[in-house]
Amino acid sequence: MMPAMRMPPGREVVPRYSTGERLTHWAVAVAYVALFLSGLAMFHPFFYWTSAFFGGAAFMRVLHPFLGVALFVLFYAYALRLWRDNIMTDSDKKWMSNMVAYMNKAAEPYVDGKYNAGQKLMYWSMVVVIAGLFLTGIVLWRPYFAPSFALVTRRVAAVLHAGLAFVMFVGIGIHVYAAYWTKGSMRAMTRGTVSGAWARFHHPGWYARMTGKERP
Amino acid sequence: MAFQSLDVINRSASTSTPPQARGALEVAKLIDISKCIGCKACQSACMEWNDLRDEVGINPGHYDNPADLTAQSWTVMRFYEEELPADKGLAWLIVKDGCLHCAEPGCLKACPAPGAIVQYANGIVDFQQDQCIGCGYCQTGCPFNIPRYSMKDQKAYKCTLCSDRVSVGLEPACVKTCPTGALAFGTKTDMKDLAGERLVELKSRGFEKAALYDPSGVGGTHVLFVLPHGDPELYRLPKDPRVSPLVALWRSGVAKTLGVLTMVSVVVAGIFHYMKVGPIEVDEDHKENPS
Ligand code: SF4
Ligand code: SF4
Repeated sequence: MMPAMRMPPGREVVPRYSTGERLTHWAVAVAYVALFLSGLAMFHPFFYWTSAFFGGAAFMRVLHPFLGVALFVLFYAYALRLWRDNIMTDSDKKWMSNMVAYMNKAAEPYVDGKYNAGQKLMYWSMVVVIAGLFLTGIVLWRPYFAPSFALVTRRVAAVLHAGLAFVMFVGIGIHVYAAYWTKGSMRAMTRGTVSGAWARFHHPGWYARMTGKERP
Repeated sequence: MAFQSLDVINRSASTSTPPQARGALEVAKLIDISKCIGCKACQSACMEWNDLRDEVGINPGHYDNPADLTAQSWTVMRFYEEELPADKGLAWLIVKDGCLHCAEPGCLKACPAPGAIVQYANGIVDFQQDQCIGCGYCQTGCPFNIPRYSMKDQKAYKCTLCSDRVSVGLEPACVKTCPTGALAFGTKTDMKDLAGERLVELKSRGFEKAALYDPSGVGGTHVLFVLPHGDPELYRLPKDPRVSPLVALWRSGVAKTLGVLTMVSVVVAGIFHYMKVGPIEVDEDHKENPS
């Protein structure tokens, strides 16, 4: 047995995500990127070239729904672990009303939970959108399921699937940007921890509960 | 690929304009239902020329054989035993089903694979199975429920109007073989004239409602029907076929462009927001007394 590595003590860190949560999150992210690239090729011919990443368009079309099922399973496995922390509370209303000021760094809305209201909205919108994408995707899935649905059902599904995918792109775009904009949060998903200062500033209520220390 | 690239006027999922240099006469096949005896010679000719062999099925209790269009059966005679309106008695209405080669094809509009569906200047709509990715969207787009999906190779198939024969100056195999002259082939103008003459004749024989089926909702078709009893619905043909508004919305250039533009805007907005506002950073060094 190798002795455990011992590091000199450093800044205060607060654990935010377990290894399991982080790995699931990144598995979802990989599936999402693959799904998005393959879906985009079928949405607009301008992006047909992305099919080259998948060994040609015919194979990409076969792969796309399987990736979708992978994303569906992984996402809900992940979401199930987080739902309690994403319930909307009264304090979230205040955050919402200050959102624009917050985006301009003109306000520091108080956040009580592990997530702020923006993150919670993202969470719930993805819960809904991914369910919708899954259901409409089943209706369009060739060759297995599509033949058993009526033509008009398939038409409706095609429109909804494209629309939901669009909403998902916008949502994920905001999610990625917000993570990049808020310095120090990337670390939560890459290493599982955040700095104490970060936690105190962005999620003071959560910080107090996690460390047993007083609310700053 | 029986035609030359200059003959292609429309290509699925393409962002550029197809060649327009050469015009061509629009062709059409005229199916005169009043002359058809349902012998299925055209079905056999189609199988022979295209070298297709459908599976031997079972008799489902009617004359349609095979019972439906398939990836191996691109045309099927459908037999409708109809009680005619106005006490005209019982009649067999025999409809040769297959692709109508629409001027504004819904299949082509729905297809996401560049060049998997092409439209020739003469009006023929052709599937290029080597480009097909097997999504089945063409079925979603077609207002006549024509394309059929093959489980074997995951490609879509339908009548080609014998584009290979037509490109070398021959008529389609079904037309060539029809023993009663119920099928005719030529320029669309000639076929409409021929149908016009036939309508006069039919009307003089008591088929007052006889009409030509060339639905304008899909820009007209390159397969025309002479309907002795007029009403398309008697023959299970849609009265006013058009590309479903859902498909039109889903595949419209405006919707697709707007979608892509908005997605690009999200990325651009992110860059600009960052440049204007800058990141939110916490001061790690003053951790003991945050301001
Ligand atoms: S009938 Fe259907 S398959 Fe044939 S050209 Fe029209 S839309 Fe396409
Ligand atoms: S299945 Fe139909 S819509 Fe899909 S690529 Fe093939 S021809 Fe185009």
